[in-house]
Amino acid sequence: MFQVRIHGRGGQGAVTAAELLSVAAFLEGRHAQAFPSFGSERTGAPVMAFCRIDDHPIRVREPVMRPDALVVQDATLLHQVNVFDGLRPDGSALINSPGTIEELGLVDLAASVPHAIALTVPATVLALRHFGRPVPNAVLLGGLAALTGCVRLDSLTAAIEERFPGQLGIANAEAAREAFAHVAAEREEYVRAEAD
Amino acid sequence: MSAVPQVKFYQVGSYAAGNRLLGSDAQSDQADPGRSNTITCGHRACQGCGEALGARYALDAAQRAAGGKVVAVNATGCLEVFSTPYPQTSWQLPWLHSLFGNAPAVAAGVAAALRAKGRTDVRVVGQGGDGGTVDIGLGCLSGMFERNDDVLYICYDNEAYMNTGVQRSGATPPTARTATTQAVGEEPGAPFGQGKNLPLIAMAHEIPYVATATVAGLRDLEAKVHRAMELRGARYVHVLVPCPLGWGTASHDTVRIARLAEQTGLFPVFEARDGEVTDVTPIRRRLPVEEYLRPQKRYAHLFEPEPRTDVIAHLQRTADRNIARFGLLAHEEASS
Amino acid sequence: MLKQTEGSRAVAETVAYCRPEVIAAYPISPQTHIVEELSRLVKAGVLKPCEYVNVESEFAAMSMCIGASATGARAYTATASQGLLYMVEALYNASGLGLPIVMTVANRAIGAPINIWNDHSDSMSQRDSGWIQLYARDNQEAADLHPQAFRLAEELSLPVMVCMDGFVLTHAWERIEVPEQTQVDAFLPAYEPRQVLDPADPVSIGAMVGPEAFTEVRYLAHAKQMQALEAIPRVAGEFRDVFGRSSGGLVHPYACEDAETIVVALGSVFGTVCDVVDEMRERGVRIGALAITSFRPFPLGAVRTALRKARQVVVLERALAVGIGGIVSSNVRTALSGIQLDGHTVVAGLGGRPITKESLHRLFDDAIAGELGQLTFLDLNTEVVERELARMARTRRSGPSAENILRDVGSNR
Repeated sequence: MFQVRIHGRGGQGAVTAAELLSVAAFLEGRHAQAFPSFGSERTGAPVMAFCRIDDHPIRVREPVMRPDALVVQDATLLHQVNVFDGLRPDGSALINSPGTIEELGLVDLAASVPHAIALTVPATVLALRHFGRPVPNAVLLGGLAALTGCVRLDSLTAAIEERFPGQLGIANAEAAREAFAHVAAEREEYVRAEAD
Repeated sequence: MSAVPQVKFYQVGSYAAGNRLLGSDAQSDQADPGRSNTITCGHRACQGCGEALGARYALDAAQRAAGGKVVAVNATGCLEVFSTPYPQTSWQLPWLHSLFGNAPAVAAGVAAALRAKGRTDVRVVGQGGDGGTVDIGLGCLSGMFERNDDVLYICYDNEAYMNTGVQRSGATPPTARTATTQAVGEEPGAPFGQGKNLPLIAMAHEIPYVATATVAGLRDLEAKVHRAMELRGARYVHVLVPCPLGWGTASHDTVRIARLAEQTGLFPVFEARDGEVTDVTPIRRRLPVEEYLRPQKRYAHLFEPEPRTDVIAHLQRTADRNIARFGLLAHEEASS
Repeated sequence: MLKQTEGSRAVAETVAYCRPEVIAAYPISPQTHIVEELSRLVKAGVLKPCEYVNVESEFAAMSMCIGASATGARAYTATASQGLLYMVEALYNASGLGLPIVMTVANRAIGAPINIWNDHSDSMSQRDSGWIQLYARDNQEAADLHPQAFRLAEELSLPVMVCMDGFVLTHAWERIEVPEQTQVDAFLPAYEPRQVLDPADPVSIGAMVGPEAFTEVRYLAHAKQMQALEAIPRVAGEFRDVFGRSSGGLVHPYACEDAETIVVALGSVFGTVCDVVDEMRERGVRIGALAITSFRPFPLGAVRTALRKARQVVVLERALAVGIGGIVSSNVRTALSGIQLDGHTVVAGLGGRPITKESLHRLFDDAIAGELGQLTFLDLNTEVVERELARMARTRRSGPSAENILRDVGSNR
């Protein structure tokens, strides 16, 4: 089972992201479960959304306590919420930021989780460029797919285009593709650096 | 209706002597042996019950207007209790009693079901006393009004929770004695400055039709029900029905007391469409409020042990205000 | 059709295929997505003929269903928590009148203190209302129970409540085989009322019944629920014939045949329990689980059969009978009357507190080690509680307890 936890703020589409991820897995014939941590609906409040993916039916309903991967949609959460809580030793974290992990002051935090890979991707920048809205949720999923391989890029873009109508869906998918390429390159570089 | 049921004739209305001289369409529905007799005899209402009288006229009128295809929804209260003493029922139409506070919502549900089934030929009447309408049912009534559900709601107002032993309701007039506004203390009876005017509240919802009536004007009540039945959407008729037990009046005085309420100006009789008054019944012979108050034991404390002229004057001012507000003496000097 | 979709969405779609004629809707978290989707389906002309009415309160919603059902229309509504309580008078009225209304309850805690998250307090509080109560284990079952509910309701002339965990199921996306219109039509015939308001054949419904006949009328309600004990498995069987899968029924045992310890639970927590059962079985522990799907009528026979050979029963409940302890466990105890075994009540997950595998492992290990008391509150922060009790003992004006506790646990969010 692969478990993802998405951190965001109300209004940024974290819940939708988890749903899209689950649809992508479904399109690959797998089982997936997506659900939010439920708080009162308020724009700007920290929210979490979860997604589990497995080849077998998923029965468990607890929140994701030990994620394999984290997505942080809003970097301002980093020093406010302990986003890395429970991350598996060999897990991954993808943070929405134009800066690097070092610039975000996360080197120590990331190092505290041994063997974890933490990368950034400027998802909001990509979103603004592709469809003019600062909504990074679908874009980040592209990066997640590259970072973890939990879903294929084409399943993801299919899920995105099915969910968002017309041009918006196409543009989101394009942005997700670009995020995928960006993170794939970053990941390769990271792996090479680690090997040295 | 195919078979003509054997029904009693009742002497009715102030034109009783003239009924047989009128054309059939100008006669009371009650004069028609083919009338629905919707609430048939044998019910357990008190002698002189204004509500039984009002309900008979209103429902027969509604049935006539709808070709005998009416479904009635009744709130808990006197009418429901005295008309359905298990295992008997007085009702000769499909009739549903649910709860005290939900008759308007239940009626709206019946109307929705009929609409879903394409049965717009069947009409819905919701009915209840003042307690079930003005107080506990007000939320549901307002919802029915604002959605403009296709229901004619009739409130039989005897100005207190009579069925449970004469307790105060939001329709109890100032100074009236009830079991929970007793005639004791410095301000005996119900206080001034409380109470709701449901007809005005109904008008504020701007529903297609609002009317008031009393059992002293039974032909008028019939006509108003007929008029309401010509329309669709939310309609409201508020009928003043004296209760001999609760008001402390003689059982033979029910119609007379209702007439006094109207002629003193304490109960304005009018019609309104879409939130505006369109017609009023003028007071033919204006009377001071005292004439109305004296015959009712629920106002006895205004006269004994000594007359409360100040309180009676206050009530008179209420009547005067109604007369001015509704133009009930438009054809006379207002100060006569 | 197989879809990845939200629980509420699947329920709404399935309810629509049941061809309700009147839907009365009043929104309350976490039921909102169900009524929103139904409103869209009606307004877009997908579900017709259907009158969708936005009512002014839950009391009005159930009242409207009463009027509609009495007029021969298939009627539906949904609610949760406070909304369910607000319509209690009408709930009893509907069951007393024998009206086959179906309602989804998106299980949510009842205040005070106000809490929008999942537990079973709401439906449990209405277990004696005369409504049939069915609890869904997952969203597939939540969807599937609705056509079954209409079938049962109309066959027995009793209203049916389908309970699904609020947020945990209503707002979860998962893989669901959403029923098709043709399947539902094959399974659920048109509503043929036992009693109906029809000018062509007038009846009076809702008379007062005095001491001379009230007992008999109420007994009939019980007799109908006893008929339901037979009808529920039969309808579930017919459902399987048409839809090709198992859903509904009275109870669902999991690994119970040789179990020494059996955990009883309702609703979505059963899935988590089954995962823990599997993990413990891997360690050689003889543990099993029993889901109760039909809570009313309570399947005394089926529960007894499933549990009688166990040595220990742990009833995991998401509600609390204040002043005594467990609700489900006392019903289970009745089923086991005369049988000697070790019974435990565990109150868990109140107000949406997650029930984690970790906590369940600890809990079941304690039970097996004989270290579990008769009544346990899972994951209770005893320190916080004791501090508040001490505060109350110390001073009269100790302040609102809920606020004190929130401050103590540092909930400054």
